[in-house]
Amino acid sequence: MPTTEQYASMVKNASGNSPSWKNIPFAFLIGGLICTIGEALLHLYQYAGLTADWAGAMVSVTLIATSALLTGLGVYDKIAKHGGAGTLVPITGFANAVVSPALEFRSEGLVLGTGAKMFLIAGPVIVYGVAASYIYGIILCLLGQAGM
Amino acid sequence: MVKLLGRSTWLFEQPPVILSSAAVGGKMEKDGPLGEWFDYTEEDGLFGESSWEKGENRMQQLALKAALQKAGLRKSDLNLLFAGDLLNQCTGSSYALREFMVPYLGLYGACSTMAESLLMAAVYTGAGLAKAAGAVTSSHFCTAERQYRFPLEYGCQRPPTAQWTATSAGAVIVGEHSMGGEHRIEIVHACAGIIQDPGIKDANNMGAAMAPAAACLFRRYFRESATAPADYDRIFTGDLGAVGSDLLYQLLGRDHIEISDRHNDCGLLLYDRQRQDVHAGGSGCGCSAGVLNGYILPQMRAGKLKNVLFAATGALLSPTMVQQGETIPGIAHLVHLRAMEGGGADVY
Repeated sequence: MPTTEQYASMVKNASGNSPSWKNIPFAFLIGGLICTIGEALLHLYQYAGLTADWAGAMVSVTLIATSALLTGLGVYDKIAKHGGAGTLVPITGFANAVVSPALEFRSEGLVLGTGAKMFLIAGPVIVYGVAASYIYGIILCLLGQAGM
Repeated sequence: MVKLLGRSTWLFEQPPVILSSAAVGGKMEKDGPLGEWFDYTEEDGLFGESSWEKGENRMQQLALKAALQKAGLRKSDLNLLFAGDLLNQCTGSSYALREFMVPYLGLYGACSTMAESLLMAAVYTGAGLAKAAGAVTSSHFCTAERQYRFPLEYGCQRPPTAQWTATSAGAVIVGEHSMGGEHRIEIVHACAGIIQDPGIKDANNMGAAMAPAAACLFRRYFRESATAPADYDRIFTGDLGAVGSDLLYQLLGRDHIEISDRHNDCGLLLYDRQRQDVHAGGSGCGCSAGVLNGYILPQMRAGKLKNVLFAATGALLSPTMVQQGETIPGIAHLVHLRAMEGGGADVY
């Protein structure tokens, strides 16, 4: 038998790499497309008479709702197969990460299934996002006290 | 009646016989190259049930019922059932088989369960401890994904080394030697494998985690049974896929054992990798179960294959242990099947 190191090198040679030449441009295009749609919506809402703040919030709401709908219709994961990081990083990816377990675990009931498992994937993002905002808040507060 | 050769190879002096077998598959399996060979396929992944798990239960029930019917046996004729699957607490098997009222021994061998259950059924019938025993297993893409990976609708990219868990179930009825007719498939040898842990941590590269267990098994089996690859028409592994098969040849090549001219992997047979999006091939208990019952055994009955080694491989993966930084151990078990002269059996 080869040693663990020898075998790791055999595995590396035998395993094909992810096709980055295809994945990276697709991530750029699809991620860029989602952001372009967001930008277009922002202009549309402002044109319709909303203030910049309200228009921004409505863009998020629209993208989240669309992503949730596409997840429920079984389309989002098919786009993500090609989009990769392009569908993961925008707010639509976060919505997909919340809706997909909510749908998946509804067979275990609304409380112990959907309710308990909804944040299975997105939970860590929320936990560490909130924790990081506390830390930044404290830093900002201390800098303020120091008169900076 | 059963002779121990070496450490864990058994020679059945009065070989038990395969009385019947049946395979059930889902849509992907139906669309694959072996689709027409399945006894029953269903486009609906739920198999008419209300959850994926209950659908998997239904698959096992369909497979066992079909196998019993083909053998002309009743549930009460079975002395034992050996079954297992990928789910926690082996619910795919225990919940499915509770209605059969047959003495039940549950197994967990991950994707090696078809060979493990067949080995157990052969040992019990070969040693005169049971007249007829069933070996049943299944896997379901949707139940496995939610337990081991992500929700179905979660958008992510799978690496090229990832494999596709088969939605399939298989059942084999094994009877004692005297139950076999003129044309029959005998189980001549069986070999229980040793867990090999090659230090793989990537849950998306199961083929690499399992290949050393398969290599270790073949090396020991050929030595203990005093046979060579040339003694067999075909050698099948369970679900090594493209990456694992390549690694298996390299590992065996170090010991000058050459099997590539007669080797096929069930994970590469079940799907068309050009047409179906399965990356490195199929996997899951149902992968080797579907191919054994839907392809290998029918080929043997048709007289196209005579001596066959069937070695199902399993990655003994636990998501909890992988999250704790542990590696993925692999296992493989083997049975040697022999079709008696004539082929073209009347029942099955």
